[in-house]
Amino acid sequence: MDSRAVARISLFAAMIAVLGLLPTFQLPVAGGVPITAQTLGVMLAGIVLGPRRGALAVLLLLFVVALGAPLLAGGRGGLGVFFAPSAGFLLGWVPGAFVTGVVMQRLAKAPVVAAALMAAIAGGILVVYGCGIVGLVIVAHMGALQAMLATAVFLPGDLMKAVAAAFLAKAAEQAYPAALGHRT
Amino acid sequence: MMGGYLSRTTWLHRLPAGLKLLMVAGMSVALLPVQDWRLLALWLAVVTGIYGTLGRDAVRRLCVLKPIVPLLVIIGGLQGLSTQWKDGASVVLRLLLMVLVADLVTMTTTMSALMDAVEPLFRLLRPLGVNSRKITLSVALVLRFIPVLLANWRAREEAWRARSRRRVPLRIVVLFLIETLRLADQVAEALDARGYGRAGRQP
Repeated sequence: MDSRAVARISLFAAMIAVLGLLPTFQLPVAGGVPITAQTLGVMLAGIVLGPRRGALAVLLLLFVVALGAPLLAGGRGGLGVFFAPSAGFLLGWVPGAFVTGVVMQRLAKAPVVAAALMAAIAGGILVVYGCGIVGLVIVAHMGALQAMLATAVFLPGDLMKAVAAAFLAKAAEQAYPAALGHRT
Repeated sequence: MMGGYLSRTTWLHRLPAGLKLLMVAGMSVALLPVQDWRLLALWLAVVTGIYGTLGRDAVRRLCVLKPIVPLLVIIGGLQGLSTQWKDGASVVLRLLLMVLVADLVTMTTTMSALMDAVEPLFRLLRPLGVNSRKITLSVALVLRFIPVLLANWRAREEAWRARSRRRVPLRIVVLFLIETLRLADQVAEALDARGYGRAGRQP
C-alpha cells in the first residue's frame, strides 16, 4: 500500500470522527432519536474510497476509539463501547463500508446518484442493521423480531442519510472528478 | 462508555496494559455462561468497589452510563416479560459489568501503552500483509488531523453563516469531503518527499 492510500484512509477516518463530533446535524427526527452524520461518513467511505480502503478507514477509526479516544457520536469512546448492547452496529460499519464499495464498483456504468444510493442502502443500512440485530440477539438475548422492531426506529434517519450520501457523491464527482477514482 | 483517561495515577495505572487487556478478554469469555444473577450482582459490586478505590473522579465516571440505561431497561423488560425476571436481570447485569470492566482499562491506560501492548499481535499478522509501522503512522495521522479537519469545518460553517441566515445545509459536506481528499494527497506527497514509502530505509 503506497503512502497515498495510507494518507487517504487515515484522513477519511479522521473525517468520519469529525462528522460525529458535529452537533449541527443532530436532528431530533423519528421519536427523539438523535441523528448524527457519523454513519453518513461510513457510507461515504465505501462510496469514495472503494471496498478495501473504505473498510480499512472505518476499521482504523474503531481501532483509535478502542485505544481510548472519544471519537464516536456524542463523545463516546474507549473499550466499553465494544461491550455495550449496540456493539454489533459499530462492528457492522466495517463490512458495511466494504459492501458499499463493492456495490459502487459493480454499478460503475450506472449514474452516480443511483449507484451511490443503492450502495449506501445495501452497505450502510442492510449490512449494518444485520450485524446490529445479530449483536442484539447475542449480547442482549433479544428475539430476532424484537431486535428488528427496536432498530426500525433508526430507519427513517438512515434512509435520509443514504439519499444524502447519493447526492453528495454526485456533487463531489462534479467538483473533483478524482474523488470517485476507484470506480474506473 | 465515555472515553477518558484518569490523569491521577492509581494502583490500576501501574499494571501492565497487556495484562489488563487479557483480564477484560478473559472476563468476557468467563461471564458468558454465567446465568445466576446473584453471582453477576456480586461481581458488579466488586467492580463498583474497584471504581471506589480509584478515587472520586472514577466514581463520577459511572454517571456516563446514563445514555445506555433506557436501552438496558428495554432489554431487561423484554427478557423479563418473555421468560423470567431473573433472566432479564442477568442479561442486564452482565452487560453493565462488561462495559464497566472495559472502561476501567480505558480510564487507567494511556493510548501509547495500549498501542505497545497490541503491537505484538500486529507482528503476528504480518504474513497477512499487516504492517505495524503503517498502523502506527495511520493512528498518528488520525489524531493529528482531527483538529485540522474540525477547524476546516468550522471555517466553512462560518463562511456560510456570514452570508446567509438559513441553517447550515448538508451540502457543505461536499466541500469538506473534497478538501479532505486534497489534503490527503498533499500529506502523501509530503510523506514521499521525506522518503517514507521507500522500503528498507526505515529502522
